[in-house]
Amino acid sequence: MNPETLLPPVLALLGLALVFGALLGYAATAFKVEGNPLVDQINELLPQTQCGQCGYPGCKPYAQSIAEGGPINKCPPGGAGTIHALAKLLDVEEQALDAEHGKEDIRKVAYIREAECIGCTKCIQACPVDAILGSAKHMHTVIVSECTGCDLCVEPCPVDCIDMIPAKNPLQNWHWQRPAPRPAQMQLIASDWMQGASR
Amino acid sequence: MSSPAINSSPHEHQGHSTSQLMQQVILACVPGLAALTLYFGWGTLINLVWLCLLALILEAAVLYLRRRPILFYLSDCSALLTAVLLALALPPTAPWWLGLIGITAAIVMAKQLYGGMGYNPFNPAMVGYVVLLISFPLQMTRWLLPEGVGAALPSFVDSLAMFLGAKPSAGIDAFTGATALDSFRQFHGGQLISEFYERYPVMGVWSGLGWEWVNAGFLLGGCYLLYKKIIGWQIPGSMLLAITVLSILFYDGGSSASHGSPLLHLFGGATMLGAFFIATDPVTAATTPRGKLIYGALIGAMVYLIRSWGNYPDGVAFAVLLGNFAAPLIDACTRPRSYGHGK
Amino acid sequence: MTAPFKGQFWPLPRGIHPPENKQQSLREPIRKAALPKRLVLPLTQPGFVQAELCVSVGQQVRKGEVLARGTPGMGITLHASTSGIVSDIAEHQVPNASGLPELCLMLESDGRDEWLKLPPLDYQHCDAPMLIQRINECGINGLGGAGFPTHAKLQGALNSKHKIHTLVINAAECEPFITADHALMREQADEIVTGICILLQILKPERCLIGMEDNKSDAIIAMQAAVTRVNDPRISLVVIPTLYPSGAEKQLIYMLTGTEIPSGTITLGSGILCQNVGTVHAIARAVAHGEALVSRIVTLTGAALKRPGNLDVLIGTPIAELLQQCDVDATQLSRLINGGPLMGLQLPHANLPVLKITNCVIATTNAEMPPPVPAQACIRCGFCADVCPATLLPQQLYWFARSKELEKAESHNLLDCIECGACAYVCPSHIPLVQYYRAAKAELREEKEKHLMAEHSKERYDYHQARKEEEKRLEEQRRAERVALAKQRKEAANAALAVAGASAVADADSAAKAAIAAAMERVKAKKAAQPTTTDSAAAPASIPAPDSDTKV
Repeated sequence: MNPETLLPPVLALLGLALVFGALLGYAATAFKVEGNPLVDQINELLPQTQCGQCGYPGCKPYAQSIAEGGPINKCPPGGAGTIHALAKLLDVEEQALDAEHGKEDIRKVAYIREAECIGCTKCIQACPVDAILGSAKHMHTVIVSECTGCDLCVEPCPVDCIDMIPAKNPLQNWHWQRPAPRPAQMQLIASDWMQGASR
Repeated sequence: MSSPAINSSPHEHQGHSTSQLMQQVILACVPGLAALTLYFGWGTLINLVWLCLLALILEAAVLYLRRRPILFYLSDCSALLTAVLLALALPPTAPWWLGLIGITAAIVMAKQLYGGMGYNPFNPAMVGYVVLLISFPLQMTRWLLPEGVGAALPSFVDSLAMFLGAKPSAGIDAFTGATALDSFRQFHGGQLISEFYERYPVMGVWSGLGWEWVNAGFLLGGCYLLYKKIIGWQIPGSMLLAITVLSILFYDGGSSASHGSPLLHLFGGATMLGAFFIATDPVTAATTPRGKLIYGALIGAMVYLIRSWGNYPDGVAFAVLLGNFAAPLIDACTRPRSYGHGK
Repeated sequence: MTAPFKGQFWPLPRGIHPPENKQQSLREPIRKAALPKRLVLPLTQPGFVQAELCVSVGQQVRKGEVLARGTPGMGITLHASTSGIVSDIAEHQVPNASGLPELCLMLESDGRDEWLKLPPLDYQHCDAPMLIQRINECGINGLGGAGFPTHAKLQGALNSKHKIHTLVINAAECEPFITADHALMREQADEIVTGICILLQILKPERCLIGMEDNKSDAIIAMQAAVTRVNDPRISLVVIPTLYPSGAEKQLIYMLTGTEIPSGTITLGSGILCQNVGTVHAIARAVAHGEALVSRIVTLTGAALKRPGNLDVLIGTPIAELLQQCDVDATQLSRLINGGPLMGLQLPHANLPVLKITNCVIATTNAEMPPPVPAQACIRCGFCADVCPATLLPQQLYWFARSKELEKAESHNLLDCIECGACAYVCPSHIPLVQYYRAAKAELREEKEKHLMAEHSKERYDYHQARKEEEKRLEEQRRAERVALAKQRKEAANAALAVAGASAVADADSAAKAAIAAAMERVKAKKAAQPTTTDSAAAPASIPAPDSDTKV
């Protein structure tokens, strides 16, 4: 290894590194994107029920936490579909829904038993999408098409007159499921678990 | 009434299954295999039995490690088919360890590690062959002189001895020689094609004594598969057409500079085996009709290019692997127009 | 649009040739099914709105009397299939994919089968609204498969800005085993052609093409003779080669007219309307004879039946009774399929009623239709793409459906899949492809709904936040105003006081000081006067309460 033959390639590589480093540095400042568009992209994938089941006060704060590297499996209204979409967007591994935060369920809407309603407006104040119609000392009712099923109105009601009922009847909810994994007696190993679990 | 599960339509099926398809393909190999045995001795058959056994054992072992139901997956005969194709590609002088390494590369590496049948991007038999060719070039190019040229073919006992690694009684050099294609590459320069053929009886009539019949055998098997609609005409058709067209283009009537006649290329080496059995492997080939034409043509072109200007006497294995690389892109670019979407 | 000469057709490039199995049920002419004791009539048609009940339990009804009126628009009116008493209105299982029960009306027949017919109409002297009204009143819907309300279809055609130039009559019946339309055509050809004429009267298209497969030779002869008798140059019979699925609406339209219906649009947009030949027959009975749709031809076939054939069945008849009438061998029976073997629905048991859309029941054995085998891995052979009539890539759709890449599946035209089953029929690995596509389509629909809902909710939430912010801001503003006002008042008061006299303030000050000094004196005096005691209770009482003395 004599220095004469070593020097040219070393210089060439150094030169290339300098050139590309400069290019990248320039690009990093000249094409810098303001804010964190990732948070908005993540927010687009969340169901916007603002229910707080994930532990954050709304969907945007949860999106923020995901953008900072937080877990993606805390949203029950989004369910497996949202986890799948988030995993694809962020290129992370899909996980099962964190049971601590709730179970995935069919879409429900709130229903106020009008005979018991006292017109206190506590539920109206709690609803994040203004889906409850009514005012003080007047009957309250839920606008079904706007209700996201977030469940936030049930707690504040002093007479406990709000039920969460399925948005569609079983006949409307039914659809063909994917075929079961084949053959049925196959024992799944760890990397297959997610596929089997989400079928 | 005994049907607890409600199944989705359709409730009828045409009746054929994947294992039946694989078995038919193995059956179609028989004429070619017979020609190989007739002209090159027992080596290929011995390799066949050895590789089939190994393939089943290896696949069962990996399936056990993957905790899959072994019999269910073994019964689709895909491991057997890979073993048969690899055995047809190996030279008859191959010792037992060569086959072992080859089939391990094919079944374990190229097939099971990717997820098993249907998930492998590369043709397993060709991966096994290429691994051997690059790692053991000497053993892989040591073919026997065909029946009718040079000394008589080794007997069954001698073949078995060669297989097990022992030296045969008469000395191995008496039997071995380059293949016809190899001879063509190495020795045809500086003379007219007709003169070359006269001087080297190993070249036979067109493409090598023995090799003509082997290729004819595989052509027959291929026609059987076409008749049974197990393979489509697109891939073999376009591959053979590409080879023919290119060889006609560059064949100038048999001068010393030409690269061999179309007949040499069509009936020499592994052309027919490649066209009907290897390139048509559905798992690794292109799937759209137009895509298949492009895929076959690409492989055909690569075979000719590698044979004429490349370093290897026969380029089928490399050409097929290059085609496998390109298959997903070819598929994406040749999507057919669906009903109701613009004319 | 080029007018084709009679008999020209465009061949379908892809399809399959499953064994036809039609001869078994064609050996005898149509026979009338025995009157059942109890009928179960669903009040809904799967996928459409419920009809409004207009009878009550215990009411006596006659055959053809309205039991439930279809809601305006897409509703289908339900009639009593025979005379008898309404015994119950309850949930009952019907032939549907979910197996969930639907609301049904139970009718006990009185055996008399008394008709209540509407007055017959002379269609040649009726206008379109009158005829459509009659079709609506008689509860006619598409008898070929999905059961779309016929009056809505025709009304939609008349209301639309596209003029119907071609009426296509679907007499192909491409699925194996089913022969209901075939039997109807060979026996009732004249009635069918009358129905066609009624439709021509309503829609006034330029031409009418009847598409029939070439495996129905006796029906072709009968229909051709009937068409010739009526002598209307607009009507022509086109015989197409037997291929599954040539009877699918879009494929049939392509074969007869060469037009491809653009993806995502209905045939109306291309000026074509398609009706099943059974529906046409029902229209003829309704208009010319005043008969509501209370019965239909059902093919009963399959290896488990000793006497297969076509039966004229009342809507609501339990399937179990029909199987009995065809001598079912219960020991051999392995599966019951509603419809054909390629698109039909497997039934959980025979205690289900015949619906208006039930065209066939196959009682099959394990030998005739082996049970499904476990699926193997996809070997990417491409047989599925070779047979797909919609020229899709079923293999790619399968991979996308499995990996839940629904957007990619949609871009590969998943929604154009007609679920004909040809791909799964030829798949050598026995993969249940159609089930994957059905599940994927449903998931795609749900995702889209969820996405729309999420967007909508986000808008509302953003507005809610904005409203709260606005309220807070207004509240702050008001508070600031109040504070400012209070400050202003205080300053005004201070200013007034200042004007009134600083002396008044000083007087007030000294008066306060004097009062305090006086109080302190009194305390000192009292203390000096009293002897020192250890009784602390007395001490506080001696100090006078400051309130009473303070004067400001």
